[in-house]
Amino acid sequence: MKVKLPTPLVEYTDGIREVEAIGDSLDALLFDLDRRYPGMRFRMIDEQGQIRAHIKLFVNAELQRSLVVSLRPSDEILIVAALSGG
Amino acid sequence: MASKSAPSKTVVLVGSRKGLFVLKSDDGRKTWRADGPHFLGQIVNHALMNPATGTILVAVRAGHLGPTVFRSTDGGKNWKEAATPPAFPKNPNEGAGDNYGWVVNHVFWLTRGHVSEPKTWYAGSSPHGLFRSEDDGVTWQSVNGLNLHPDRLKWLGGAQESPPDGATLHSINVDPFDKNHLLVGMSSGGVFESYDRGANWKPNNRGIAADFLPDPNAETGHDPHCVQMHPTVRDVVYQQNHCGIYRLERAQNRWTRIGDNMPKAIGDIGFPVVLHPRDPATLWVFPMDGSTVWPRMSVAGKPAVYCSRDSGKSWVRQDKGLPPAQAWFTVKRQAMSADQAAPVGLYFGTTSGEVWCSFDEGKKWQCLMLHLPHLYSVEAYTL
Repeated sequence: MKVKLPTPLVEYTDGIREVEAIGDSLDALLFDLDRRYPGMRFRMIDEQGQIRAHIKLFVNAELQRSLVVSLRPSDEILIVAALSGG
Repeated sequence: MASKSAPSKTVVLVGSRKGLFVLKSDDGRKTWRADGPHFLGQIVNHALMNPATGTILVAVRAGHLGPTVFRSTDGGKNWKEAATPPAFPKNPNEGAGDNYGWVVNHVFWLTRGHVSEPKTWYAGSSPHGLFRSEDDGVTWQSVNGLNLHPDRLKWLGGAQESPPDGATLHSINVDPFDKNHLLVGMSSGGVFESYDRGANWKPNNRGIAADFLPDPNAETGHDPHCVQMHPTVRDVVYQQNHCGIYRLERAQNRWTRIGDNMPKAIGDIGFPVVLHPRDPATLWVFPMDGSTVWPRMSVAGKPAVYCSRDSGKSWVRQDKGLPPAQAWFTVKRQAMSADQAAPVGLYFGTTSGEVWCSFDEGKKWQCLMLHLPHLYSVEAYTL
């Protein structure tokens, strides 16, 4: 499925903002992203499995607060690095 | 160790709130060139080199993203992220206790391992965490002897006790005479030592003032700002603390407040302490205003380095070349460094983005760079 990335993460994708990844849940999708782009997951998800403070995950434009969210291949994922001051 | 004489190559790694700058001289510190910024816009709390291998490690955090460590093995031309950055142990279950569930906010401090272990590095984090890599910074493991110690929260005085930029584990020292002997500083918490590579720990704070604690003679809860173990002389340790400047009397395992010998109008509060690479009696500090609300600026707006040549019994003001007035910067704990040349070169980076240097052990100062971001770390190497 399509995953749109924020600019702080494109150093992992050679500047590409929209990439493909697979997974039947948001958690699985982020592991697949990390397999394709090593290191990316830890920049978004901390060691306790929680979404970091300034990362927002949207599935079909709906904000998700948990990684335990089922996904379908037609879903579109948007990752936002929220504004965090100057 | 024999001193290295000029002309020599010198590298100064400068970490800032907005990236890493690398200053280089190939002609005995006569001319310099700047390289960077690397990691533009990202917070670089510390950058270190292992001169024996050439590996450079950089603690990086972007405002939006989690913390990590980057490494270069070609002098900074290419950077690769650690495959497993420093991270606390995952919480095994709900009832695992208060030592579990911690999250690294940023990697704050980096230290090379013992010279006999060129691929070993240590990292300290905010909040307090100690991590070790044994593969030259590629993968990092939690030092659980400290990170899961049953007395840890008691030592730290509770998770809410933290300085303005966050609670930190810093000043990681590996004893040059014993690779299993580690000494770290925790703010707050105090100085702690392990003689078994981090498996077991004991506090070492006797003699350190703690005028902010209910019990001024408490064994833990202190606020070391910077602790430096001498690189070539056994059992020489100095400390710049929240409550003064100290020298460790190893035979008694007790600290003596050598800052009492500083001019009273200047005081003995600051963040960095820098040791001469060969002479164990020589050290430098950068005093700041630690009065009332802790302005953390140069005392009276007149920045100066203070040097002792007699293990802290007396101090000499070194301000020639520095701004004489209305200069309100200060220097953070890892933002002052000595190279290994003779005479020793000294370098410090300011909160106002200037790099100052002296090539005669502090007698005269000159500004090496201006207009940089807020500077967090300065590390100098004679190659």
